[in-house]
Amino acid sequence: MKTLTGSGLLLAALLFAGAAAAQSIAITGATVHTAGPAGTIENATIVITDGNVTAVGAGLAAPAGSREVNAAGKIITPGLITPFGQMGLVEVNAVEGTVDYIQRGDQFSASFDPADAYNPRSSLIATNRIEGITHAVIAPLPREPDELGNQSRVLSGLASVVRLSDDDFIVERGAAFVANLGETGGEVAAGSRSAALMILRAAFDDARDYAQNVQAYEQGSRRQYSLSRSDLEALQGLLDGSKPLLVRVHRASDISTAIRLAAEYDLDLIVLGGAEAWMVAGELAAADASVILDSLSNLPVSFEQLNARLDAASILSQAGVRFAIGGDGASQNHNARNITQSAGIAVANGLPWGEALRALTLAPAEIFGVADRIGSLEAGKRADFVVWNDDPLELKSYPEQVYLGGDAVPMQSRQTLLRDRYLKSGSEKPPAFR
Amino acid sequence: MNRITTLVSTACMALAGCERGSDADGEATPGNGDSPPYASQYRPLPSDATLLQGATILTGTGERLEGADVLIRDGKIAGVGTGISGDDAQVVNAAGMWITPGIIDVHSHLGVYPAPSVEAHADGNEISAPNTAEVWAEHSVWPQDPGFVTALAGGVTTLQILPGSANLFGGRSVTVKNLPGRSVQDMKFPGAPHGLKMACGENPKRVYGIGRAVAPSTRMGNVAGYRKAWIAAADYRNKMEKADNGDGDAPIRDLQLETLVGVLDGEILVHNHCYRADEMAVMIDVAREFGYRIAAFHHAVEAYKIPDLLAENDICAAVWADWWGFKMEAYDGIRENAALVARAGACAIVHSDDERGIQRLNQETAKIVGAAARVDIDIAPEQAIRWITLNPAKSLGIADSVGSLEAGKMADIAVWDRDPFSVYARVKRVYIDGALAYDRDDPSVNPVTDFSLGTAAVSGGAQ
Repeated sequence: MKTLTGSGLLLAALLFAGAAAAQSIAITGATVHTAGPAGTIENATIVITDGNVTAVGAGLAAPAGSREVNAAGKIITPGLITPFGQMGLVEVNAVEGTVDYIQRGDQFSASFDPADAYNPRSSLIATNRIEGITHAVIAPLPREPDELGNQSRVLSGLASVVRLSDDDFIVERGAAFVANLGETGGEVAAGSRSAALMILRAAFDDARDYAQNVQAYEQGSRRQYSLSRSDLEALQGLLDGSKPLLVRVHRASDISTAIRLAAEYDLDLIVLGGAEAWMVAGELAAADASVILDSLSNLPVSFEQLNARLDAASILSQAGVRFAIGGDGASQNHNARNITQSAGIAVANGLPWGEALRALTLAPAEIFGVADRIGSLEAGKRADFVVWNDDPLELKSYPEQVYLGGDAVPMQSRQTLLRDRYLKSGSEKPPAFR
Repeated sequence: MNRITTLVSTACMALAGCERGSDADGEATPGNGDSPPYASQYRPLPSDATLLQGATILTGTGERLEGADVLIRDGKIAGVGTGISGDDAQVVNAAGMWITPGIIDVHSHLGVYPAPSVEAHADGNEISAPNTAEVWAEHSVWPQDPGFVTALAGGVTTLQILPGSANLFGGRSVTVKNLPGRSVQDMKFPGAPHGLKMACGENPKRVYGIGRAVAPSTRMGNVAGYRKAWIAAADYRNKMEKADNGDGDAPIRDLQLETLVGVLDGEILVHNHCYRADEMAVMIDVAREFGYRIAAFHHAVEAYKIPDLLAENDICAAVWADWWGFKMEAYDGIRENAALVARAGACAIVHSDDERGIQRLNQETAKIVGAAARVDIDIAPEQAIRWITLNPAKSLGIADSVGSLEAGKMADIAVWDRDPFSVYARVKRVYIDGALAYDRDDPSVNPVTDFSLGTAAVSGGAQ
């Protein structure tokens, strides 16, 4: 009994890894919220071949030879994407050896890439996956200086998009550059928001100069740069416009400053946190900037969040700002699963339901440049989706089955194993023997 | 909390100074001059007789009434049921709405770790020694914390404000009515007993042994620390009693021991931060050794492993819905925790420890109910509501006056626009002692703290 229970999770994980099937699958009869142009489709059929969606439509016949899964009465959404966090880069926050997301020191700032530390077997993965999260953006964070005095920098490094699968989990490595402005920026830049800006400008200018003078740099005949070679190389992907700059910032004036900086260097901008983003919604929309909104923020927990309000998502939506929900809050890692609750609260505060679902699926995919592969249920995208028993934003709803690449994921986590062990009350033996 | 640490708020929740949380004699004496120092000066807002009509009512006693009424008169609940006649009462049509007792949070740090969470405001944990039983959280409470208002918008009418959890003995808690006043005395719940914050586990051993090279540095060090303190308290009580009987001089008044003696005398209730099941079992033995009661274990992440012990000893488990993994002792958190506690007949409470969580204890409860349903444990709304009303009231020693909708109790009431366990539910109105304290449809009713003047909170932050 003990052996079976203890190894159950591992066994399930192995089965899952090896289950890629060539046979087509047809999921029929559900109400499908595609989050794509097709909108919501009643009595839909989703056809899956080789892990990809090949067709979605009302009442499509299951292709010959396909395996049919009847999902009548169920609700299907794309897999949910938690748009900023450190899942797989931490097991227990207060256990240092399990924490791999902190950027400190000068050698690697812009180029710091925590994705290599990503652990797909972290207990956080299954715990969140069985609640409908199929993808996560994983990103570095600043922290207070360590015992050796190594400080965090204005540029934290690279954010990546991962699929919560056991293998083939990197969807997009280095999908965005992460920087700290506002209060945090001022702190890591030793005293002022302006210093953080100046550090960024110096970094970008150095990276440009480097690109034009690589040879001279190699020969040691170019002036000293503010960044390491590795950082100078990495920043080329930002300055050539292929990757966005994600800035952690809340205050309206700081957001406006970030918008100006982005215009100066022709960068795509993502605002993380954005407690006061609603105040500059028009500017954000005009600049085609995106927001990863901490939609539960409604208290002046700092002087840069004095005007936080619960209906911010609704205001951003009305202004046409692209935004994802989640991030920079308690629900970004262990409880990334609670982004559905955050989205539901946004709906209670005026955001249309469809917009809320979009903010958990297609919007984050667009923001990180992976909407060609994930984020909606459309032909040509990966078959990463969730079959729900009821409204996915409701607190008592839950996924009956999660699919990744067309494979049914084992609906088991370390937490369900703990739960099941202690559900067995009345046993004469201690739990360890159950 | 400084700027960088706020970036990792889950970690912060986990760590010592962040879990923050004492009370006075609380005899309400309207006016002031004649009342004892630190006593409650709470006075209800003016109220009219009100009849809330035609709602779905979760009474807090385990009942659900449909199409039912609540009559409020002189600040008290005058009647609950169907077809109640209000006579001269102002009638409020509550058809389609849900009515519950005002929500009670047994674990809050509002006022002692207020917003903005700047260093100058970090008054929730006197970490200078492992035993600070002498401090009273009420002497740190800043009544201008905007968090009181957002909590009110979440239906919270009463909360216990605790000192933090760095220490073995963190100090006295205070229970307040959620009506922002000019001073903490204006808010103190009349007659509510003080609590004593104690803490198990990782925080004390890390903050002192590892952080400052003083005991404790281990869990066994923690337990030795509790026992030594209780021995000193018993000795102090003995000397005081002897002196009272004319046998020798009374010792010099010792604030620290006074608090502990209050516990031994059953006048101060123990609220014990304790995550792990095995540590709770040890704390139950410490309480047995020195003859005191534990009112509740807070953050009892592993309560589901010992629900029988909790039931047997009549100790409540105050828990989050789903916080887990931010530190080692929280690694085994599961969403079904409170449900398994309740299933065993023990007292389950959902608490917040958080300025955001306190705004939606109903939702935290709903997540637990949903998780329990997946394993065929069905918990009806009329049962679940007790976790955030009558059970916390019981653990705070105020269940005779609040926590349920029963005639004669204080009229602390939340009116919801639908089933409060829906994510879409919002509080329409809150009554405290029969007075309208919050009205979503009429912002002119609602309190605005001094700090929030001139910000969006006036127009929307608390909405």
